[in-house]
Amino acid sequence: MLLSVEDLERSFGGVRALDGAALQVKPGEVHGLIGPNGAGKTTLLNVVSGLFRPTRGRIVMGGERIDGMPPYRIAALGITRTYQNIRLFPGLSALENVMVGAHLVRRGDTFRRLFFLPSARADEARAREAAMRLLARVGLADRAHHLVSALSYGDQRRVEIARALASAPRLVLLDEPTAGMNAAEVQAVAAVIRQVASEGQSVVLVEHNVQLVMSVSDRITVLNFGKVIAHGEPRHVASHPEVIAAYLGSEA
Amino acid sequence: MWQQAINGVFLGAIYALFAVGYALVFGVLDILNLAHQAVFAVSAFIALAFVAEGHVPLAVALPVVLVAAGLVGIGLERVAFRPLRGRSDSNISGLISSLAAATILEAVALQIWGPDVQRFPIGTFPDKPLRMLGATVSALQLTIIGISVVLMAGLTTLLRATRLGRQIRAVAESPRAARILGIDVDRVIAWSFFLSSALGGAAGVLFGVAFNSVSPDMGRSVELKGLAVIILGGMGSIAGAVIAGFALGLVEVFTVVQLGSSWRDAVSFGVLFFVLLVRPSGLLGRAAIREA
Amino acid sequence: MPGFLLAYQSLLAFIGLNGLLALSVYCTLCCGQLSLANAGFMAIGAYTGALLTQNAHAPFPLALLAGALLPALVAVPLGLPVLRLRGVFLAIATIGFGEVVRLSFVNWSYTNGALGLVAIPRKTDLWMIWVALAAVMFGLARLRGSRAGYALEAIREDEAAARTMGIPSTQYKVAMFVLGAAIAGLAGVLEAHLTYMVSPGGYGFSRAVDMLVYAVVGGDTIFYGPVAGAAFLTVLPEALRGAGRALGLAPGPLRLFLNGAILLAVILFLPNGIVSLPRTLRALRLRRASRAALG
Repeated sequence: MLLSVEDLERSFGGVRALDGAALQVKPGEVHGLIGPNGAGKTTLLNVVSGLFRPTRGRIVMGGERIDGMPPYRIAALGITRTYQNIRLFPGLSALENVMVGAHLVRRGDTFRRLFFLPSARADEARAREAAMRLLARVGLADRAHHLVSALSYGDQRRVEIARALASAPRLVLLDEPTAGMNAAEVQAVAAVIRQVASEGQSVVLVEHNVQLVMSVSDRITVLNFGKVIAHGEPRHVASHPEVIAAYLGSEA
Repeated sequence: MWQQAINGVFLGAIYALFAVGYALVFGVLDILNLAHQAVFAVSAFIALAFVAEGHVPLAVALPVVLVAAGLVGIGLERVAFRPLRGRSDSNISGLISSLAAATILEAVALQIWGPDVQRFPIGTFPDKPLRMLGATVSALQLTIIGISVVLMAGLTTLLRATRLGRQIRAVAESPRAARILGIDVDRVIAWSFFLSSALGGAAGVLFGVAFNSVSPDMGRSVELKGLAVIILGGMGSIAGAVIAGFALGLVEVFTVVQLGSSWRDAVSFGVLFFVLLVRPSGLLGRAAIREA
Repeated sequence: MPGFLLAYQSLLAFIGLNGLLALSVYCTLCCGQLSLANAGFMAIGAYTGALLTQNAHAPFPLALLAGALLPALVAVPLGLPVLRLRGVFLAIATIGFGEVVRLSFVNWSYTNGALGLVAIPRKTDLWMIWVALAAVMFGLARLRGSRAGYALEAIREDEAAARTMGIPSTQYKVAMFVLGAAIAGLAGVLEAHLTYMVSPGGYGFSRAVDMLVYAVVGGDTIFYGPVAGAAFLTVLPEALRGAGRALGLAPGPLRLFLNGAILLAVILFLPNGIVSLPRTLRALRLRRASRAALG
């Protein structure tokens, strides 16, 4: 098991966002995370990535306990993410955003740059090429130098995905990566997700596009009111009575 | 001992009155208004001008200056804060903007009145000493304490019992929710600045009269005390500012008695750093994150 | 003629010094931190350097080194706890620090309290100031585009998101805080040995605000911005001094007013500083042209 989340609890004010949530992710797996609005999906991602501490529970990543760790150490253990409301660096270009994402896999080069050492220039060139390749992978190579604030919603989400992949993480948390995208863009993202998993990296996919989640996930966990109400293979989850009730209930 | 307690309450009253202005604006806009101390100083000068040149009695000048200071506050909000409201870095740029406004106000004061310390003409305030509980209190001290308390109580009543007060509290809680409820957020913010600057101006006049000293940089020395007070009391909390203001005044006076006057300012810094490091939200402050 | 050249030299010296001070503030601004501590660090550096040359007859390079090092050392225990605080709390803490330093010197008899030290030997030459400025600008220019440079920009734009990418933001912020302290200290030593004196009054809150104004007005998103701001705001009051006198304006208030008014204009209309002016004008012209083409 790559990531193991057990019995997670987290409240905000009086609201219990997570109430015993759990999640098990295998290496190389695409794991869907669905549930009605307010079920606690984003909170779960926030706690796993270290933005919030759980009030109870354990999170174990690759054998190491990470609940309570600061976000930058969790990232160093190989967990990266995208955000529901897109958190790109607005003053930077698409390429520069992805290069920031590569922080963990670049060597510190300030001193070498002071002396104009060729190894520093080579490192930077290498980082740029890697970032360009990632942008090409998500179909944005031609817009690499645009300021992200000038890109469309769908393009921005794709830059975020590229940025999350830049440090060769073991686990990528995607928070509604296809919101606002048209059908073609959604398919492109699905292809990237499948490709990432086939290379041995794991993906946790939070999505409202249930069709996408069903088609691309190996296993799915369903949350409601901060608790797990079902988990397992897509077919099993899709026919689970509680899951159907939760979604129908939230629509009514 | 009582003597020192009275002195402490006297000093604390002015600190509290000044700090409440910071707390009100921070509570509503989430911005630290560093021009507050400039309004403090300029108000003292305007009062001095009324009394010394206009021969207007202080009792008449004070309410006039209060309103004038309030109007300066409204102007400040319109020019230096409102244009920044949409921005993502609005608290930092708001801080810088308020610094700019403070600098402009100080420059104006310096140009008009010069850098020297000025004094109120003799007889501005009858200084009758009274004996109370074995201590000598001047009528001036009592009056200043009284005025400060009345003003702060007035603000508290306004916030608690009037419609405007409820609206101010709503905006302080969440501007977005307030707007949805139909509250004119712009008007509420303007009123908050009016009240904040009026109180700051009152504090300036009272301070100037209390120590009979008015100079363009008088705001500087009190500014840091004011910041220490709101940090101790909790940044957006008016009750906190009042309690902490009196507390700081008392502690400062007793420190001077025990350790000597060169330690007077060390108190505020000590308090400031201690609170920031141990419990940044202060006594009554809310947690750092506030809903947008 | 010689009088004119002398005045010119003095202006260039102060442009250089103010440029250094502006860059010291830029160090923290470039990762999104508003610090008003640098006048305090400047004071520590200035006093250290002056005491070394006056009392210990130390060679000037040593005074410069010590004047840069001591503030840097002080910046570490100050920065570590304080840089974890939210923006406005950091600003307040640094204002407090500046006052602590100033009042400590006022109350210290060894340094003559409020009167300060006088008759400091003149050791600073114009070229030293400009070499120091060039060196700092070079360092900051090379920082841009490095891994650390990217990290700092990320921290500035969205610190929490940057942290989830593995960037240890507090460490970077402290490092820049310390660097800024060293630069301010160095400028302090240079100034002390140019103006013959140091006194606590010269390193108060107004000084800290001045430095901030130079950096913000010039442009705090690129390393040459603060220097441009320092040059502009050092030259402008001098250039307008004659006009000011004709209007009955005293030089002190005039300089202060210009600083405040220009800072306000910049923060409202040109938030990336005067170095962004060409870019902004070009964008405006493009927008107007496209509107004309459509209309």
